Amino acid sequence: MSEGAENISLAIAAVNGRANRLTVGRLARTMAILIGVLILISLVAIAVGSEHVGLNSILSICWSLITGHPASAPTEQVSIIAGVRLPRILTAIVVGAALSVAGAAYQGLLKNPLADPYILGVSTGAAVGAIVATVFAESILVGRPIAAFVGAILTMAAVYGLGYKERGSSSDRLILSGIIINTFLSSVVIFLLTASSGSQLRSIFSWLIGDLSGTPELLPLVVAIVVIGIAVVFLNARSLNLLMIGDQDAQALGVEVWRVRIIMFAAASLITGAVVAKSGVIGFVGLVVPHAVRMVCGSDNRIVIPASGLVGASFLLLADLVARTILSPREIHIGVITALIGAPVFVYLLRRSA
Amino acid sequence: MRSCPKLDNGQPLLSVEGLTFCFGARSVLDAVSFSVNEGELLALVGPNGSGKTTLLKSLLGVLKPAAGEVRLHGRHLSTMSRREIATLVGYVPQDSSIHFPITALEFVLQGRFAHGRALGFESNLDVIESHRAMEMTGTLELAGRPVTQLSGGERQRVMVARALAGKPSLLLLDEPAANLDISYQVKTLDLVRSLTAGGKISAVVVTHELNLASEFATTAMMLKAGSVLAHGAPHEVFTEPALNTLFGARLLVDKNPVSGAPRITLVAPDRHVE
Repeated sequence: MSEGAENISLAIAAVNGRANRLTVGRLARTMAILIGVLILISLVAIAVGSEHVGLNSILSICWSLITGHPASAPTEQVSIIAGVRLPRILTAIVVGAALSVAGAAYQGLLKNPLADPYILGVSTGAAVGAIVATVFAESILVGRPIAAFVGAILTMAAVYGLGYKERGSSSDRLILSGIIINTFLSSVVIFLLTASSGSQLRSIFSWLIGDLSGTPELLPLVVAIVVIGIAVVFLNARSLNLLMIGDQDAQALGVEVWRVRIIMFAAASLITGAVVAKSGVIGFVGLVVPHAVRMVCGSDNRIVIPASGLVGASFLLLADLVARTILSPREIHIGVITALIGAPVFVYLLRRSA
Repeated sequence: MRSCPKLDNGQPLLSVEGLTFCFGARSVLDAVSFSVNEGELLALVGPNGSGKTTLLKSLLGVLKPAAGEVRLHGRHLSTMSRREIATLVGYVPQDSSIHFPITALEFVLQGRFAHGRALGFESNLDVIESHRAMEMTGTLELAGRPVTQLSGGERQRVMVARALAGKPSLLLLDEPAANLDISYQVKTLDLVRSLTAGGKISAVVVTHELNLASEFATTAMMLKAGSVLAHGAPHEVFTEPALNTLFGARLLVDKNPVSGAPRITLVAPDRHVE
């Protein structure tokens, strides 16, 4: 008995010694570090801005928001922190996390490291949906994320239908059809922009290039959708590991391929639609973040998905910090920063995979 | 360890009856019937397009036949979930085109998917079984290497290890000799034979390597245009008339001087045979 137990522990030690296998402990340690980093960046992002607010005041205001006690800080500081900076930070966190998780999911589902909601045109499809909802039913707030979701799903289906091949590598075709559909949808957006009235113009324009400011009305709904969507993606992460190898392999190993694929595509498109409805099209986050995570953590989706969420949140928060401070008091659009970082990474990935 | 349904005496592990499959109007498999017993290594041979791969995928339950049935341990494949099938059948594909650099160990651990929950992490048992499978296939030293960087032969062995990690009763191999040099071809088939010789596992191997099939298989089956042309022991199946009908090529059959198994020699069309 003890000899058997010894053999077992020897075998496990032999395996663990040879390869860096993902364990619950490693996942927990990585998550703890990434959550710590996110909290640190969040504190910096709250503190930095045109109005100086001290760390003590910030902590006091945050504490008062959680507990309901009055804060020991001037009222204008409370309104800046609670009314402007916190919603913006929460938006950056949710958008960064959602786009990165969606990117990781699309990459696994399409077996293509170059996939991302922006490059595939899914974000622009969601934007078309949101814009249509705004133009035709401006008063119905819930209509925007729903229409964005429909736009995202339809775009995904179109890209998949155009680019999918039964056999062989379909990577290039998928990216190409994504680019074509993205270009087409961008033209649709510009058409809607031209045809719409002046009051709607600014919000439509911000959808096209991304904007993390704006009214916080949609925020609770978007947060709820993103949390649920990320949970669904994470719960299917082990199946995604197998799908990433190939449909036939996954099927042979016991995965209900079509069921998992439909659930995952729906969840990824849902969270993309939700954040696009809130903040417009922000490119390359979903491409860069999962790739960086894989370089450090390996390709197991059980760590790639949650780590991408946290790293994506930190990344977009940091990018937004740069966007609103570097030319202060003027603000650079967030999409400009992410594209400046993302486009070179895309080129690097493209060259490496060729 | 794993609960395994007890076999009735004399019941084959795998039985296929009247299996028919069509792609549109074209019939790919036409009422194919055969069975595989425990410990049997069946070589499936036939020209390209004879339905070998379709048959293999039907045995895996991936393709649904138009008519006929496949039974595993007496149970209808069509009534089993993918997960149940995966715990009984190990599949070694021709090649996996992998775009993500997962390690060989992660790859082999995927063979345990059907034994665990969809969410969650590998248990100690999963790690032990994967270790055992990698030991058997000589792939332990590859454990930490990305599968994208392995040679064809190394990747083949890792794929066999992944199939074995699930402790299947039936192993399906799709042209395991393709892309391998002759020493790896022999090593792979020798490994499969030593596994089946233990009697705990059976194998169906699709191959174009007739001499390999003749040397290592316990039984062989010829498929021609979706029908069974011959089925039996290698010396009954690999005969000159059968082979010449099957491939429409000139092939000579004599005996392997070492094993006595049929030896197939190809003859160029313009050569004169004495």
